[in-house]
Amino acid sequence: MANASQMALFATLFMPLVAGIWVLVFSRTDRAIRWSSILFSLVPLVLSAWLMLTYDRDAGELYGEISAPWIPMLNSNFRIAVDGLSLPLIFLTTLLSTLSLYYSARTIRTRVREYFVMFHLLELSMLGVFMALDYVLFYLFWEVSLVPMYLLIGIWGGQNRSYASIKFFIYTLVGSVAMLLAILLTYLATGTFDILMAAEAQPFMQLDDHNRLLLGSLAFWGFFLGFAFKVPSFPFHTWLPDAHTEAPTAGSVILAGVLLKLGAYGFLRIVLPTFPEASQHWAWAVIAVGAVAIVYGAFVCVAQSDLKRLIAYSSVSHMGYVMLGIGAASLVLTPDGLDAVAGKFSDAVTSGQIYDSAVMALNGATLQMFNHGIITGALFLLVGIIYERAHTRDLSKFGGLSAKTPYFYGIMLVTAFASLGLPGLAGFWAEFFTFRGAFAIVPIWAAFGTIGIVMTAVYILWRIIQNVFLGEYDGTKLDHWTDVDGRPADGPTDMVFFEKLTLWPLVIGMFVIGIYPTWLLSFFNTASVRLITFIIGPS
Amino acid sequence: MEQFSLLAPEILLFTGGLVIFLIDVFARDRTDSGRGYATLALFTLSAAFVASLFQTYAFFELEVAQKPVAVLNMLEIDLFAALLKAPIILVMILITMAGSTYMNKRTERRGEFWSFFVWVTLAMSVALSASNLIMLYVAIEFLSITSYLLAGFLRDNQRSAEAGLKYFLYGAVASAAMLYGMTFVYGATGTLDLKEIAAHIAANDPSVLAPALLPATMFVMVGLGFKATLAPFFQWAPDTYDGAPTPVTIYLSTASKAIGLAVTARVFVVSMNALLVDWVPIMAGLSILTMTMGNLMALRQQDVKRMLAYSSVAHAGYLLIGITAVAAGTESFMDGINGLLIYLIAYMFTNVGAFLVVMVLEERAGRTDIGAFEGLYRRAPALAVMLTVFLLSLAGIPATAGFWGKFFVFGAAVQRQYFWLAGAGVVNAGIAAWYYVNVVRVMYFGERETDAEPVSVPIGMGAVLVVCTLVVFWIGLYPDPLIEWATTASEQLLSVGS
Repeated sequence: MANASQMALFATLFMPLVAGIWVLVFSRTDRAIRWSSILFSLVPLVLSAWLMLTYDRDAGELYGEISAPWIPMLNSNFRIAVDGLSLPLIFLTTLLSTLSLYYSARTIRTRVREYFVMFHLLELSMLGVFMALDYVLFYLFWEVSLVPMYLLIGIWGGQNRSYASIKFFIYTLVGSVAMLLAILLTYLATGTFDILMAAEAQPFMQLDDHNRLLLGSLAFWGFFLGFAFKVPSFPFHTWLPDAHTEAPTAGSVILAGVLLKLGAYGFLRIVLPTFPEASQHWAWAVIAVGAVAIVYGAFVCVAQSDLKRLIAYSSVSHMGYVMLGIGAASLVLTPDGLDAVAGKFSDAVTSGQIYDSAVMALNGATLQMFNHGIITGALFLLVGIIYERAHTRDLSKFGGLSAKTPYFYGIMLVTAFASLGLPGLAGFWAEFFTFRGAFAIVPIWAAFGTIGIVMTAVYILWRIIQNVFLGEYDGTKLDHWTDVDGRPADGPTDMVFFEKLTLWPLVIGMFVIGIYPTWLLSFFNTASVRLITFIIGPS
Repeated sequence: MEQFSLLAPEILLFTGGLVIFLIDVFARDRTDSGRGYATLALFTLSAAFVASLFQTYAFFELEVAQKPVAVLNMLEIDLFAALLKAPIILVMILITMAGSTYMNKRTERRGEFWSFFVWVTLAMSVALSASNLIMLYVAIEFLSITSYLLAGFLRDNQRSAEAGLKYFLYGAVASAAMLYGMTFVYGATGTLDLKEIAAHIAANDPSVLAPALLPATMFVMVGLGFKATLAPFFQWAPDTYDGAPTPVTIYLSTASKAIGLAVTARVFVVSMNALLVDWVPIMAGLSILTMTMGNLMALRQQDVKRMLAYSSVAHAGYLLIGITAVAAGTESFMDGINGLLIYLIAYMFTNVGAFLVVMVLEERAGRTDIGAFEGLYRRAPALAVMLTVFLLSLAGIPATAGFWGKFFVFGAAVQRQYFWLAGAGVVNAGIAAWYYVNVVRVMYFGERETDAEPVSVPIGMGAVLVVCTLVVFWIGLYPDPLIEWATTASEQLLSVGS
């Protein structure tokens, strides 16, 4: 007999599928499609919140585990469960999905039925990736997420959508086929498709030194390619600006808010625990791409003239923190690595302190995943709001909007400050923990990364706040404003109710996490501690 | 007598084809709609399908044939043949259902066409089981000659005539080379039976036999590679696929190609095992060459029918990965042959579906270039969605059948630690995805609004398309039975080989 948590988890995963079928088959009018979509999406939102509230954060065990044979020939099971790492990300997914559906209900006017069906499919596949504990299942959901996102960008996207969507598809596909090879390699070494059992088995460990590292590295790089394309790490990020810029607003929110997290999640769920030695060996590559992404992304942001493209590049920069945190932690994943790092410093630094720093770096990285989800989600919504009115995203066309649209300005200000890491708002804690952890392990790379933090302040304050909102409003710059529904207007109009309602949950989230991060952090912390303990034992 | 009951599908096919042929010869009225002939063909094929399904069921579920049964020392009815026979006959049934209107509209010699169509199925069925090089040659030659006739069947249509002639010219040379190779084999080993050849190789010093057997196998490879459209023998394929009547194209690119690869696998596994070690670089090279050339050519096509033709060449390259893996040894779960079987079955149903959608467009819009697909989603949503499923399956996206094919052949390469071969597969998967997804793009994101008439789908074709879609999803989501059967079949074949 299934217990409540199992049923909740199962319902969370498959409710989007039910919603998609319902919308496809039973909803007759556009109105019915919109409302049934929103109502259906509330179910996984409530259930995932309930799962979070009832999760035992001290024990940090798997929760709501369901396992059923699927392909016995391959020893592959339908196995799903959640833990401290995946629960907040699942909540993030359901939250952003509901908000996106609500926002889309007003702003999507063509091919409504198809849009909502695609969105439900997308939610299903993202939740599936976060829950799956079987490689085949994981890969299934991972790949399936490509198709609805591809169509969302391609059908409802902007001017250059055709190019952007196909680029998105091909880039991520190449990455995931490389991952498929790594999955096969892992399976052939361990005889199981179970993600946790494969990690327990520690593939290739019985081989001699040379082959162990060779095969481990091949598996590592296969997964690395799959995940790095998704994150996306520099230099695999070039699909991102196009895809994010061309996607419809809600598509960008999901793309930046959740899809990018899938890659980072893969590193934490699969790569680190299963291939600690290879991860440690190649940690410098992860650290380097992370640190370079932080700085490079921030500099590129400053040079953008398109507001949405700027936000897109800020994702490259901000996901760099995640990679930096993960890379720093992987550098100490083996006892030898731990001692080597500790030995670099004076006697004052013990390996126990380095151990704590690794946990901290992971906490920062995971917290950043969540925070980036709500902050960038909000930023893309805000860009969408102004685009609906101005029909341009050209930064040079804006200026002095603070007087005309004070409400919009206020929300943007909070979100932008959260993004640049102002203490008291969500972004601060993630940056703090990431850099606190990374400094102890790779001080030079971390110091290099801080250049990115400075540049973030530059593009947020100068390019966004000053360019768009401050100064005198000049009506001649842009003379064809409309209101949110496309009716001509004299000038910029402020946010209307549905837009406020979409953004408030995110803004509240930024404040709550900024002021009291402990509760959310306790989920990630239990996962990080377990991960590190699993690999190198207790501190 | 018992042995002959195993030949029930073949006997049914032969008789049915003959009946159609004779009715045609003696019938006076040549102006009828031709529906009768197609129905007879359908009936014959269905009877053969039921017979082969019984065989498959008896073999796999009742475990009747623990050992392969040899018939007349010429045919070997084993799990390998039984697993492929039923799907191949089913594919021919689907093509008959979907293509009868198409063919009957275009030719008046319907009796001829449908009897050849049944006999082609017979030829494939025999080729699958052939265990003797002479039988193999006869079956392949029978298959080739009926295929030439079918490809060039629309004599008044220049392109169809060209398709037939081109196929014939290439095919004649290839089959001559194959026969030449077989004489070498006979000269070196004194036998034409595959198992006896293997025994002879095992009993003698391979280095003595190699100078004769290596070129011999090369020549045999030319003949089989021609059927399977392996590089560098695939040049006939796009023109033939393009010009031939579409139902013929469909079977050439699915069933006939499957036969080419299945026979190649059998010949290599059963008889050349002792010499196999030398074959890995050649097979892998052919595989990479085939998939890369097929994909690069497909990338440039503006015509979807041609694009699918080249892409089917590329798929032959992926399938060769399976045979390469066998060449390197057989003791493993992903032995390459089970991958080959799964891939072939998945590929056949996917490609039949994809080509059928093209055929619908050809019928309704009169063209098959990429422009004909523009905005197809608006004009025929169901058709567009199904084509999307087929294209995603060809691209190897999970939840569709094509994924499991790629999964097992790539797995075989990884298991042998041929990472470069698997890597070439990855790069090719990326290239292929581009042109598949491009069709999806055109169907859904059509830049200009086409206000063309909605496309109506005839009921027969619609039914076949739905069947293909269901098979693609069924294998994609619940592949367990297929994996089990394919693995049993490959184990049996490999145990014969070693």
